[in-house]
Amino acid sequence: MAEQKHNSQPRAAARASATFDEYTLSEIRRAASTGIYDIRGAGAKRALPHFDDLLFLGASISRYPLEGYRERCGTEVTLGDRFASKPLQLKIPITIAGMSFGSLSGQAKEALGRGANAAGTSTTTGDGGMTQEERGHSKLLVYQYLPSRYGMNPDDLRKADAIEIVVGQGAKPGGGGMLLGQKINKRVAGMRSLPEGIDQRSACRHPDWTGPDDLEIKILELREITRGEKPIFVKIGGSRPYYDTALAVKSGADVVVLDGMQGGTAATQNVFIEHVGMPTLACIRPAVQALQELDMHRKVQLVVSGGIRNGADVAKAMALGADAVSIGTAALVAMGDNDPRWESEYNALGTTAGSYDAWHEGRDPAGITTQDPELAGRLDPVVAGKRLANYLGVMTLEAQTIARACGKNHVHNLEPEDLCALTVEAAAMAKVPLAGTAWVPGTPVS
Amino acid sequence: MNTLDLQALGLRAVNSTLQDLEDGSNKTAWTVTNPMGQHAIACGLDKPMSVDILGHVGFYCGGMNKEADITVHGHAGVGLAENMMSGSVRVTGNASQSAGATGHGGLLVIEGDASSRCGISMKGIDIVVGGSVGHMSGFMAQLGHLVVCGDAGDALGDSIYEAKLYVAGSVDSLGADCIEKEMTPEHLATLTNLLQRSGMDADPKSFKRYGSARQLYHFDIDKADAY
Repeated sequence: MAEQKHNSQPRAAARASATFDEYTLSEIRRAASTGIYDIRGAGAKRALPHFDDLLFLGASISRYPLEGYRERCGTEVTLGDRFASKPLQLKIPITIAGMSFGSLSGQAKEALGRGANAAGTSTTTGDGGMTQEERGHSKLLVYQYLPSRYGMNPDDLRKADAIEIVVGQGAKPGGGGMLLGQKINKRVAGMRSLPEGIDQRSACRHPDWTGPDDLEIKILELREITRGEKPIFVKIGGSRPYYDTALAVKSGADVVVLDGMQGGTAATQNVFIEHVGMPTLACIRPAVQALQELDMHRKVQLVVSGGIRNGADVAKAMALGADAVSIGTAALVAMGDNDPRWESEYNALGTTAGSYDAWHEGRDPAGITTQDPELAGRLDPVVAGKRLANYLGVMTLEAQTIARACGKNHVHNLEPEDLCALTVEAAAMAKVPLAGTAWVPGTPVS
Repeated sequence: MNTLDLQALGLRAVNSTLQDLEDGSNKTAWTVTNPMGQHAIACGLDKPMSVDILGHVGFYCGGMNKEADITVHGHAGVGLAENMMSGSVRVTGNASQSAGATGHGGLLVIEGDASSRCGISMKGIDIVVGGSVGHMSGFMAQLGHLVVCGDAGDALGDSIYEAKLYVAGSVDSLGADCIEKEMTPEHLATLTNLLQRSGMDADPKSFKRYGSARQLYHFDIDKADAY
């Protein structure tokens, strides 16, 4: 009787903890069960202030728009004309970020090249060196100069169209990497001068230089080896963008590549991806400020990456001062990564389409982040390349649409004045007014 | 003998003269005078030739060398012969940090001492040091041979892969996963050959060999304390 009375009393609904949410609980159980931290691919998944928190104002009485489908809106960009005798000329301000053969299949690298060629832009090698196929399928290829120097040689250096000295990566500023043994087949191992099948550490520090003074000399050496022809990019992870940009410029970089924490990686500890670095949105203005103070804005080009998804993101990055953007994760998705057609196989791997991030394990059903011949064979490089080209084209058209609406005849003419922010955080990071106000948090009220 | 005065010509002119040498040219013997400790001298050479640099050099001398035989008659700065592919680089004096870093091939001879991280991340190069090497030498060394006729500093061969290290003198400490290994007749023959090629008057039998215990080749959480 007493029990009946108890059950009839109203009860509060079961309440999950906001602090110990479902994901957090599962991660605690996973850690307790395995004794090892979680390693995964991709970039930060947590909600972050991002380009979605910005809006374009568009033209009005005081601003004239350009006629859509009629008036020209330029998208071409030159990268590396500060010192290099042969700067990179791109038709669109969207490049393909560095991703290695090894972390990606040969078919995926070919598809990236095909897509970029069709769109008139560049691709980038990754850790592990340059493959002949990659060079052959990419009209414009940026050769990454990484701490590991896997596969590094002067012949490939001279074959490249630009050289990107990688100091950091948005997903893991201050971190190196580990390519697990299951992705180290005979060819990958040979390119890296290591035994087949063993884990391969990618170092976090360059072996022969430390700090900006050394970097300046390293850039001198690379220019000497390539006769001053190749643009030298310096890629930094988004942690101290003001100082790192200034120091890269001081060291003689032609281009600064700035990667925010939404930028992807092939394999890193989850705790690193989610808790180290700054959001892309927070990185751009400090970097641009450094360039402006050095009178180098638009002279040393700024390429921004990390979470670029559509033409609006491209246009917003331009408006904040970038010269171009770079995409990695989005390019893989365009080619077929995380596609729902493989849902049953994702389920078998304990995940679902859209959430698959075990890129380091080499079991990618889409055949992209794998060295398994059967899986890699699923990706048709021609079809995937066409999909990437379509996607790049759409992003470019979207960016042009916005630029015209703001009265700009080139995407580079977009400016912070064209933007407002939806949140106080985004307003402070992007240094544009909160929508409907003249308030830019963090700046003195005039 | 063809002479290039670096002080008069400048770095680019000296390097371009050496880099642009035509195939089959009989101008295969060069002397660089007045190097003044400048950086990136004789880097990116890719043809057979001999280059004698009369004086001290800065960073990255002989960087990414292919086929050329370069001799520095003096001391060398950081990153001597970094990422060398083939050929040879010899220094009659001492070398600063990271000598032979990431080298894929060729022979680097340092007649004096080498500072820290000598042979860091080496990928097939052979390095012979007449004197001693500093700490962290052979760090993450992948392939090739590092021969030290003197002593080695702390953490020799830390996180080493398949490179082979030979030290005649004392070793302050071994790095993670680096152990002393048996000197087999094959290893002794290799060492003897390297000493002969480099002109070092050292007794091969006085050396000990070090290499990888291969315990860290696959990440194992139970071995996390080893790092």
